[in-house]
Amino acid sequence: MADTYEMTFNVGSRDFSSAGDASRTIKRTLKQLGVDSSIIRRIAIASYEAEMNIAIHSLGGKIDLLIDGDRIFVETEDYGPGIENVDLAMTEGWSTAGHEIREMGFGAGMGLPNMKKCADEFYIESEVPTGTKIKMIFNI
Amino acid sequence: MKDYYHSVVLDKSKCKGCTTCLRNCPTQAIRVRNGKATIIKERCIDCGECIRVCPYHAKNAVTDSLNILKDYKYTVAMPAPTTIAQFKRNISVNKILTAFKKIGFDEVCEVAYGAEIVGEALKFELEGKTVRKPLISSACPAVVRLIQVRFPELIPNLVSLESPMEITARIARKRIMKEKNLEAKDIGIIFITPCAAKATTIHNYIPWDNAESSVDASISIKEIYPELLDKLDSIEEENLQHSSGRGLIWAHTGGESSFIPQKQIINVDGIHNVIGVLEEIENGRLSDLDFFEGLACIGGCVGGCLTVENTFIAKKKIMDRSAEKKNMENDITDEMIKDYYDSGFLNRHGEVYRMPVTPLDPDIKKAMEKMEMMDRIQGTLPGIDCGSCGAPDCRALAEDIVRGQASEVDCIFVLREAINELSKLMYDLSEKVVPVMKEKNEGDDIE
Repeated sequence: MADTYEMTFNVGSRDFSSAGDASRTIKRTLKQLGVDSSIIRRIAIASYEAEMNIAIHSLGGKIDLLIDGDRIFVETEDYGPGIENVDLAMTEGWSTAGHEIREMGFGAGMGLPNMKKCADEFYIESEVPTGTKIKMIFNI
Repeated sequence: MKDYYHSVVLDKSKCKGCTTCLRNCPTQAIRVRNGKATIIKERCIDCGECIRVCPYHAKNAVTDSLNILKDYKYTVAMPAPTTIAQFKRNISVNKILTAFKKIGFDEVCEVAYGAEIVGEALKFELEGKTVRKPLISSACPAVVRLIQVRFPELIPNLVSLESPMEITARIARKRIMKEKNLEAKDIGIIFITPCAAKATTIHNYIPWDNAESSVDASISIKEIYPELLDKLDSIEEENLQHSSGRGLIWAHTGGESSFIPQKQIINVDGIHNVIGVLEEIENGRLSDLDFFEGLACIGGCVGGCLTVENTFIAKKKIMDRSAEKKNMENDITDEMIKDYYDSGFLNRHGEVYRMPVTPLDPDIKKAMEKMEMMDRIQGTLPGIDCGSCGAPDCRALAEDIVRGQASEVDCIFVLREAINELSKLMYDLSEKVVPVMKEKNEGDDIE
């Protein structure tokens, strides 16, 4: 029997035509696996925020989904530019998004705090200019 | 649990087994088997998309016939607001309504009347302390079912009030029982329906509709339309209209939302578009939104698959009619609506059940294994989503295979590949020389 199930999605910088595909596929997959819909909802919100963060703020990156039967891991990694002050970025309402992005309805500064709220465990590490890594764990 | 039943049916003699409905079904509920389209009952939401797109008109919706009038002591026709939009502007609403009585109904109650009450009550619903935003309209049964099947986490966002159809029927039955001294079962309330989804709700066919409908039967607009036309010339109209323009505009998208103009609203029509916005709501993007009105048919109910008139012409007609009657007085008062709302008279009686898709396996570990198998199978398929296998796309075929409902060689490309390999193998075998035969290019001498 398979111990884990894994999927990887590449997320392009500023690629709004495919942004949202990863979280949509994650949602569909979890539904087919029979994961409880309230957990799927939290993962949907968190992975969508994560995906949009990579598309908007980074130079591109990837999202990994890993399920081990008890827990679901959503891990993201981007290729820079990194977050200077992670504590500040975790504050609700704080955002570096420019005018153009805000016009699109993003960049309200709720992304990271929201992701933390949705996940059972949340880890973030960031280095300038290498990039940001986020690990979110959801208990099934 | 009783069998699922949908009002959408197939006329097998007309079905050519083409892939049109297959590819247009928003919930991937159709498969072609034995050359005919079949419906996966637990996935169908009765949106009527397949009825609309079938080039051979092989899909239809089961509704009742006028014979049903004989089953009741007293019958009520309850035309959907859209019914009015099927007729020319110079035919008065009263004349159209009177034609129903000529056909044999004892009475006519417009659903637009209940629509006005439900519309006004939305204000109270939005003020409620426990309301989960965005509040999602429950007027379109296909959208409610879509939420049950595909977005079960959004069920608590649904408006807790019944649809205008149910409310109109409740009010009518209560009044008629008293006025005519009849028992509830003696009264037959028949909805004149623009769509398949309503017909399904009425008959409580689907176990995930817990609520008993207050409506007894439905007749489609397209079926009753010619009967009405026949009667129009020879009638003297009675004063039967109780609806105002405010109620009539429920027939098109934005009609319901027009009752709460100060709020943050999105209204969307077309089932695929509705799915798009529900995805966004599920992703948590629209928490600032007050109200979401989603209707399965393009244009709203005027675009129902059982109507006669072109959607956009019908919409124009209803807008004109509505403007004409905008300030028409009826007996609906603010006080009456508040009373109805506070007493719970407008509430949905039953619970809306969650009906999420059946997982690949009840055991998550096994489901994960099947998911891996599905990925692997999908990799061997051509990815052109041609539908020749009877599934809507390659991913769906891969899923059907791991669910044990299809086989890999259902794919004509895989089958071709297999035949190709087999023919190579056959050729190789035919070239093999058995010991009693002479090998080619060898001399006749025996060593």
